[in-house]
Amino acid sequence: MRPSAVRLLNVLVPIKRTIDYAVKIRVNPQQTGVDTNVKHSMNPFDEIAVEEAVRLREKLKDAVKSIKVITIGPPKASETLRTALAMGADAGIHVEVPEASPSPEPLGVAKALQAVIKREKEGVDLVILGKQAIDDDAGQTGQMLAGLMGWSQATFASKIVVDTEKKEASVTREIDGGLEEIRCRLPLVLTTDLRLNEPRYASLPNIMKAKKKPIEKLSASDLGVDLTPILETLKVTEPPKRTGGQKVESVDELVQKLKDAGITAVA
Amino acid sequence: MHRAAAVARSVKASSVLRAGLRQHAAARSFSASATARLNSLSTYTEDEEMLRESVQRFANEVVGPKVREMDENEMMDPAVIKGLFDQGLMGIETSADHGGSESSFTSAIIAIEELARVDPSVSVVCDVHNTLVNTIFRKYGTKDQQDKWLPQLAENKLGSFCLSEPASGSDAFALQTRAKKDGSNWIINGSKMWITNSYEAEIFLIFANVDPAQGYKGITCFVATKDMGIQIAKKEQKLGIRASSTCTLNFDDLKVPEENVIGEVGKGYKIAIEILNEGRVGIAAQMVGLAQGAFDKAVPYTYQRSQFGQPIGTFQGMAFSIAKAAVDIESARLLTYNAARRKEEGKSFTKEAAMAKYWSSVVAQEVSGNAIEWAGGVGFTRETGIEKYWRDSKIGAIYEGTSNIQLNTIAKFVQKEYS
Repeated sequence: MRPSAVRLLNVLVPIKRTIDYAVKIRVNPQQTGVDTNVKHSMNPFDEIAVEEAVRLREKLKDAVKSIKVITIGPPKASETLRTALAMGADAGIHVEVPEASPSPEPLGVAKALQAVIKREKEGVDLVILGKQAIDDDAGQTGQMLAGLMGWSQATFASKIVVDTEKKEASVTREIDGGLEEIRCRLPLVLTTDLRLNEPRYASLPNIMKAKKKPIEKLSASDLGVDLTPILETLKVTEPPKRTGGQKVESVDELVQKLKDAGITAVA
Repeated sequence: MHRAAAVARSVKASSVLRAGLRQHAAARSFSASATARLNSLSTYTEDEEMLRESVQRFANEVVGPKVREMDENEMMDPAVIKGLFDQGLMGIETSADHGGSESSFTSAIIAIEELARVDPSVSVVCDVHNTLVNTIFRKYGTKDQQDKWLPQLAENKLGSFCLSEPASGSDAFALQTRAKKDGSNWIINGSKMWITNSYEAEIFLIFANVDPAQGYKGITCFVATKDMGIQIAKKEQKLGIRASSTCTLNFDDLKVPEENVIGEVGKGYKIAIEILNEGRVGIAAQMVGLAQGAFDKAVPYTYQRSQFGQPIGTFQGMAFSIAKAAVDIESARLLTYNAARRKEEGKSFTKEAAMAKYWSSVVAQEVSGNAIEWAGGVGFTRETGIEKYWRDSKIGAIYEGTSNIQLNTIAKFVQKEYS
């Protein structure tokens, strides 16, 4: 019996340009958000996603046909794409939004990704996303995309093994109780967790090679997607500063103070 | 009314025309490249910015945890050197055909600066290998020599530049290492001292005199490998950049084939003079990175440490001292990057390189010294790594041309211009 042809995998890695994790965040004077005039870089979980795609290729070699990275963001987001190309992706797609426009929301992003996947002539077998972005911590995009596409999803992955012949992947997920291993059929949406891998540094030769890799520019209207936010942020404030506590002499005094403070669970 | 308006219009038109002509005339007197938008010195290409970020991360994450240990042990961790090679940082300007990264000189300067922010010892390894060793092969090597040596230097073999001797430092051309022709080989005898990278290096560029009667015009540059019989003797115990190996080398009838002469016989002095220009910009970058690293370590501490009810960094005396240091670092950085860009433009940059190296070494010492004082007792203990920058800074005024030599060079330019 002829073995089924090894399906060549087309991998898509959506990435986001976020405020760098090391920056000390400050709320802006209008209390509408944080000061964004600071250093930005690729969302760390997305770096892990790019790294995983590159490692998959190192493992499966020619079975990984293409690794495309995509970002939805202002013009500067192309730098983030270039970094991903320097890490080993083959090509990039930049869905450019105007500089002043609000950050796209997970549902909008998922719809845009759905449109992009439908556009891809060669199809997409594996979408690897970061589990969440460190600016909004939404943790929704991957799940929404899987829902829209009707695909399998494996989130919070800490280990991925792909079997191209069986067109399956077995994924270890980090869940509250520990680890869970599931087997999924391709096509698959994966989201990465911290312990999946340690991303490589873009070496200088790869940075230079990345210059020649193509970046396709698209707009939201090219995809037929509306990225207008459906959520309105009312106010952003810093958490209240910690005030000193009080020392009490006895448990009875403590209970009394809690009662006085209106903590009604205390009998 | 009509007339007046017409006159006004024509006056306006002609003055605009005249202004345009003036501008055009001014533009015509610049070179073609300068009529493109003139950028500030804080302008880098996308690749250069990506490189800076990448080296920063590599330096912080791979080199950072090892800095103290390497300094205390006076030994470079081989994993760090391998990391530099793997990141493509040891063939920055080398062409891709030869396994290099085919990047700009400024890219090398950026890498050197960012490495120095974390560890000036690691920075000098990268600097000497790129700005001295690689560049000599690229500029003066024959095609065969380039094809043979550059790939090795880009991939995994560390290089060393051997000019100074016990009796010749600033007076470099008084070197006494001799090379004598014997058939198709040269036999080299002598000693070199103060040689950076020598403990770990495998490829050595050795300057020897083939005919002392000709004075400096007998100096020739040879390439030799360690296994040809180079003896690595005493490793110096130093005040600073302790992890960077500095050894004495002995050549006892070292036999080197004649195809290992770089450039022409008797033209080694030219190679040495010209190459040290680029090396100076590299050292300037190392010193700028050092100053920045010390600043970055000490200043945040001053906003956390409170005395008399406020963070010490907010006391005016401290704030002024910090502000002055920031000015000094910026000035040293601008001198360095301007010298680098001038070199890329093909402009003469000897004076600028000397200025950058001299000033950056002054700034490095001053800022790192202040950094210790800003951090107080904590700055004085070795644990925080602040004092290391001060120890490391001292060499800046000494190697690759002492500060007096730099001032000499600058003075000669001034004299030429003004007398």
